[in-house]
Amino acid sequence: MTPPMEHAPSHILFCDLSAGACRREPLDPGLARQAPGGRALAAVFLAARPRAAWDAPEAAVVLAPGALAGFDLPGGSFAVLAGTNPHAGGIVSVAVPGGLGRALARLGLAAVVVVGRAEAPMAVFLDADGARLMPLGPAAGQGTAAVLAAVPAHDGALAAGPAALAGSPLAGLWADGLHPVGPGGVALPLAAKNCFAVAARAMAAPAPADPAALAGAKAAMERLIAAAPALAGPCGFGHYGTAALLDLTAGRRMLPTRHFRETAFEAAGRLSAPGLFARLSPRAAGCPGCPTPCRHVAADGGVLPDGDAWSHLTALLGLADPELAVAAYAVCRQAGLFAPGAAVVLAGRAEAAGRELVPDALLPALADLVAEGAELAPPAMAVKGAALPAFDPRGAYGLALSLAVGPSGPDAWGGLCLAHELLRKPVATDRFSFAGKARAVYLGENAAAAAASLGGCPLYGLAVGLEEWALALSAARGEGVSAAALAGLGARAVFVERAINARAGLRAADDDLPARFFAEPGSSGEGIAVPPLPREDFLAARAAYYRLRGLDPDGRPTVEAAAEAAALESPWPI
Amino acid sequence: MADLTAALARRFAEKLAAAGLTDPGAAVAACLDDRLAFSRPSPHEEFLAGLVDRLGVGCVLLAPPAQPHRIILEFLAGREAPAIRPRDCETRTFFHDIPVIAEPTVEAAAAALSRRKGAYLPGVGILAHGALSPEQAFVTVSSVAFAGFVKFFADFLAASRAGTVDAAYAAAFADACRTLPPPPTVVPPLARGPFSDHETMLAAMAEAGRATVELGLVDSVFGNISYNLDGVLAISQTGAALDELPGAMDLVPLDGSSCAGLTASSELAAHAALAALDGRQAILHGHPRFAVIMSMDCEDLASCPQRERCHVDCARERYAGETPIVPGEVGCGPRGLVHTMPPALAAGGGRPGVIVCGHGVFTMGGQDFGEALAALCAIETSCRARYFAALGIPTETS
Repeated sequence: MTPPMEHAPSHILFCDLSAGACRREPLDPGLARQAPGGRALAAVFLAARPRAAWDAPEAAVVLAPGALAGFDLPGGSFAVLAGTNPHAGGIVSVAVPGGLGRALARLGLAAVVVVGRAEAPMAVFLDADGARLMPLGPAAGQGTAAVLAAVPAHDGALAAGPAALAGSPLAGLWADGLHPVGPGGVALPLAAKNCFAVAARAMAAPAPADPAALAGAKAAMERLIAAAPALAGPCGFGHYGTAALLDLTAGRRMLPTRHFRETAFEAAGRLSAPGLFARLSPRAAGCPGCPTPCRHVAADGGVLPDGDAWSHLTALLGLADPELAVAAYAVCRQAGLFAPGAAVVLAGRAEAAGRELVPDALLPALADLVAEGAELAPPAMAVKGAALPAFDPRGAYGLALSLAVGPSGPDAWGGLCLAHELLRKPVATDRFSFAGKARAVYLGENAAAAAASLGGCPLYGLAVGLEEWALALSAARGEGVSAAALAGLGARAVFVERAINARAGLRAADDDLPARFFAEPGSSGEGIAVPPLPREDFLAARAAYYRLRGLDPDGRPTVEAAAEAAALESPWPI
Repeated sequence: MADLTAALARRFAEKLAAAGLTDPGAAVAACLDDRLAFSRPSPHEEFLAGLVDRLGVGCVLLAPPAQPHRIILEFLAGREAPAIRPRDCETRTFFHDIPVIAEPTVEAAAAALSRRKGAYLPGVGILAHGALSPEQAFVTVSSVAFAGFVKFFADFLAASRAGTVDAAYAAAFADACRTLPPPPTVVPPLARGPFSDHETMLAAMAEAGRATVELGLVDSVFGNISYNLDGVLAISQTGAALDELPGAMDLVPLDGSSCAGLTASSELAAHAALAALDGRQAILHGHPRFAVIMSMDCEDLASCPQRERCHVDCARERYAGETPIVPGEVGCGPRGLVHTMPPALAAGGGRPGVIVCGHGVFTMGGQDFGEALAALCAIETSCRARYFAALGIPTETS
């Protein structure tokens, strides 16, 4: 056991599972200014370490709460989990919702860095008494609920399950038993260390430098969230979760259907989230203090699918059975399988077999995926090994570019293009044009990365901008920070991630979409034409993005840009 | 590509003039795609290019404001630097404050615009940037002008009541009043309802939206409009300009059976609540300036312990003439206008309109938008007269 935690968000906890020991070191103040937390800090740590295979004991997995995750800001409790991408090499850095980020921040931790490999499945538990490594026994093979039950009472937890134990490239994580954390395979770097859970029990909130100013920033965020139709509106995520998006993607004829062969699903009307919610009357659940909780739990304790899972477990498979999708999601949750990725694999197999999946075959097929373990081939409709989310790229060109160039794989919220191409925020842009989209993706990625460095919910990028995050960070720290400075922080974080990818050998060919999208049209109709993506325009936009990002034509950092980032080195070799 | 970028820049510079925010040919738009393009040659090109570069954005607009906005913003900037702090709803929600740039240098302007979406450079104009599109900058310019207008006249009335108007304020006020556009009086005839099919209904909404903008009863992309046809609410989308509605309206089933309203106006919930409470089919929401100003005028303002929260939490029953004034923020939050405006507008079998404090006016029409637009116009005209009457000025130009 390590010494008791100090109540200051300024330490790094290093856990070496081979040695069975943890140690805590202060966060270098200079680095804290450059990379204050979350995504930026995780990227800096990984960049400073030698390249290692994702399953090597010396490879590090970093769990970093956002710099403001302890302060009860709306949608501000997120952490980031980062490690080596098990599919493509390079980095995988993903948002961790729920209470874990807040708990870690309130324990005074800027990051938890896990290395080594335990001899048996293990959990890392942290509270005011310090860090403990706890054997999980058979729980890891019994399901994510069993894993969570095996750790002491906590305020936030991240758990893997049998899919990770089996080495499945579709293995995801679950935060607080509510929130899926993907893409498929994200659980593998942690599971390779025999670590199947990280849980924490929080202390009191830290004291901001300027409590009144922080309250003002919080109020500004709440006003913007309340004014955002997609978040707080009667059809918004606060009522129906991201499953609300299915009606929109269907109406815009960009609903991935039958393994992306079509972009409209004839039975979409039966999949409106309100119909399902009317039958199940779920209660809302979400992250601590969230004013628009986006998860929903049915009376039997089952969690309703998020938007990507809801869409892919139905339209992508050519199925229109809401209850079956809910049951399939429950199977994935228990097994620790990332549901959207699993659906993409099954849809691909159905296409290869030349026949659609019949409803009765879905649940057994998911069980088979878990059993296939490491033998399972990752999905074909993927970027950097991660399955595409539930937005057909032919229906939004900025989104298409953003899915292709995302450092960790295709993240629909990573470039904020859904906001302006579909949800009209902050203004509507032409979704069938690449004009201006390279800059939009560049700036959107920067803003998203900055928010993820502070603890921000990706969905709240629809309402809360860097102006408000700057107000909050300034209030918390007592030193003025501008929105532009935060955009710079985000730009550096993405650049460092790109540098990690380049070191691992990723090139422009890895920043590309499956060929189908450039060769085959979507499902035109109702006055909406859905042609194939124009290849030349896509390549030109990607080249423009590279120039903005400081990358060469093959997607690698230029010498000049790399020199600027050279100062970002971790003082903590372990 | 460069030609397209220049055309885009010109379009938004001209749009500013068309909206009455600048004089024709006065604005300069700098838009960046592969290279930087300007809407017209300007001595400010180097300054704007420096800003685009420093901010890393796709567009910067420089909008020398037309009158009376120039008089207003120059006065407020001189009096309130380093930042103008309006109290209207849009500023509170989206802009926080309007920085006043101390000197015409790239460094000073970039410092202000790195914190806010827009700022004011005395002697030059409103500066605003758009990361994605010039549309963002246009919205900001419009909002700065609106917020400045409301603050200038609201503060003057409050100062007048307190007996603290000084000579400079009085002179600026007189100058501004001389350049005010005339109040809207003639309401154009609109399509007569009831509308029985989507095509006719959407055309009527587009017509009413255009008329609302042309009468000066709403600016920019603020305001919204809806029509209840057989349980399906046709409503303007979020961020839609009321004078550019075709293709920017959603059809939302009022039985909640779909999420088709995901891109609808922020006030969808308020419109839906009204539809449930009131049988009138047409709803119109604008931001007429003097109605907003009068909603912020309160004789108890100096002594009220809630004076900083009256836009969300006022316990008094307030009226502008016979029009109720209610508190409420944008959207669906716990202090949202969805809780206050619909019951007030539907009360007593249906009122002509309700003013939301510091925000705007909602009106309804039985079967079409003629009645709703007439009510909106009448409330603004009445509030404008009340404003000058409250100052003891029999006519605006006295």
